[in-house]
Amino acid sequence: MKFNVWVLLKILAYIAIIMFFLFPIAWIFNMSFMTNEEILRKVPVLFYEPTLKNYIGLWKGEIAIEGFATMYVYFKQNLINSAILSVGSVSVTLLLGVPAAYAFARYKFKGGEDIAFTLLSFRFAPALLIILPLNLYFSKIGLYDSYFALIWVYQLITLPLLLWIVRGYFEDISPDIEYAYRLDGHSWFQSFWRISIPLAKPGIAAASLLCFIYAWNNFVFALILGSSQIQPVTVGALAFITASAIPYGLIACGIVVSVLPTLILALFIQKYLVQGLSLGAIKG
Amino acid sequence: MSYLNLENLSKSFKDDKVILNLNAKIDKGEFFVVFGPSGSGKTVLLRLLSGIMLLDNGEIEMDSQVINEFQPEERDISMAFQNFALYPHMKAYDNIASPLRADNKNIPDDEIDQKVKEVASLLKIEHVLNQFPKELSNGQKQRTSLARSLISKPSVVLLDDPLRNVDAKIRFEMRLELPRVLKEFNTTVIYVTQDFREAMALGDRIAVLYDGKFNDINSPKNIYQNPSSLTTAKLFGDPTINNFDANIKKQNDFVHVDVKGEQFKLKRKTDIQDGDCIIGIRPEDIILSNEPSENSIEVEFRTKTPLNLRIVFLVRLNNGLEFLCSTTEEESQLIDENKKMYISFLDEKSHFFDKETKRNLE
Repeated sequence: MKFNVWVLLKILAYIAIIMFFLFPIAWIFNMSFMTNEEILRKVPVLFYEPTLKNYIGLWKGEIAIEGFATMYVYFKQNLINSAILSVGSVSVTLLLGVPAAYAFARYKFKGGEDIAFTLLSFRFAPALLIILPLNLYFSKIGLYDSYFALIWVYQLITLPLLLWIVRGYFEDISPDIEYAYRLDGHSWFQSFWRISIPLAKPGIAAASLLCFIYAWNNFVFALILGSSQIQPVTVGALAFITASAIPYGLIACGIVVSVLPTLILALFIQKYLVQGLSLGAIKG
Repeated sequence: MSYLNLENLSKSFKDDKVILNLNAKIDKGEFFVVFGPSGSGKTVLLRLLSGIMLLDNGEIEMDSQVINEFQPEERDISMAFQNFALYPHMKAYDNIASPLRADNKNIPDDEIDQKVKEVASLLKIEHVLNQFPKELSNGQKQRTSLARSLISKPSVVLLDDPLRNVDAKIRFEMRLELPRVLKEFNTTVIYVTQDFREAMALGDRIAVLYDGKFNDINSPKNIYQNPSSLTTAKLFGDPTINNFDANIKKQNDFVHVDVKGEQFKLKRKTDIQDGDCIIGIRPEDIILSNEPSENSIEVEFRTKTPLNLRIVFLVRLNNGLEFLCSTTEEESQLIDENKKMYISFLDEKSHFFDKETKRNLE
């Protein structure tokens, strides 16, 4: 390889970018193995005795901080809530969104574009604008503080996202491939199930992952529409900050744990994100 | 009694009447070629027949049964798409096996396996059965798509310009091979093309599609020698047929022609009326020479160019009328462009068309 100034600059640029994105994560990761004292030291330490105290405390739901009373957290329940809400929302979104996306991609029907755009416009609306009336409705009809209500409201975020991404993927599949399958003697539903869906799989996987992340990271809906019984980690983490203490180590530890599911999912789905599956089967 | 009856088929998209009152009767086992310029609605016609598109009007009758309302999977019609339309996520083997795996067929796996191998060997693609479509060459894709359309021995096979997207060498190979392969399956074939040579090489009959309907349905030879209209005559032939407005007058075995003041005689027996018409003469029916003969006309040399192993000359009459003349390589070598040149016309080889309707007057 020719080693010149440009290559050097490029490497420096990469390092800068990596530092920018990964350094905070590395820092948090470190923090989660430190005691509060070590974290709060004026000159940060680079070498320390790692401790699992934070993780153990998080798991047990109680942690003793020197000089303060023991703190109780419900992080485990929050994590379970997050999982229920995110998986639930993505499942509902897939069930409703994939057929809808197919319909919008393949069939021209009256008002179709308007409906699709209206769904998209849900994402323009600031959450706070709709959350107060929703809070009132949900209290009235007894949906307040239920998984069902939150999963329903999460559709405002996840459904349009999946719909518009997957629609594009369906549009990229030549209808001739589906017709060919029908002419082979298969029914419409079989061609949808065995041809369209497998071919749109990279899109569906990518959109589901994004939906999962959005649902997992959502804060404001869960804050207002549910009590601590059903609140996810994003809201639950608020409880770490109390009048008497801010246990930074515990917070860092909570962040690391709550990032893990999304990270694992992303790694798992990555292989489905491979593009270009449909290249080569169609000419012209 | 014909096997496939198309009666008054019509299909339009908004104001665009693509197919308008199209009629045809196709026999069982016939190789029926639909030929037409691009945009004439050939593909739309196949889609109507296969059930991918629904008719606005008319009736498709197959084996004495009206199939207008049948879903594509119920029609026992298969189709090879121009773009191949292979399933990208399935190997060639599964692509070909797909029609046999339809629910209502219930064919055991070993029988499917045997049939796939049979048709693959017939089309010489056994060695690529384990590959995905994107790993296949265009020729192999095309053969795979053909195999898929044939394997279930459907009553009617629709081939949508299957040789369009393959290179010239494979096209030639397939043109030789297709009739043999299709004969094995003893099925009715409707073959769409926009290459008149392909149409003439393959078809039992050719239907010429333009203006939304079949304007000629005839054997390849008859269509070429006796086109029903100037449009058909122009579509068949490369270079296209020479055509010009003229005034004609019959006299014994001759037709006296007057074109913008230039006069000549054609040896031609005909019973059409004297008067104005359009005369069509194919470039290969014109004799080019440096020596004048009886009934020849002096022309001025413009240019020449090779085309399909023949040499095409462009020459001009004194009145400005231009003629394309096609000669063999050997003939062209006998002609010296720097000397005076004359053209004459082969006996009985000219066509007369109506000035308004462009229909053949005979």
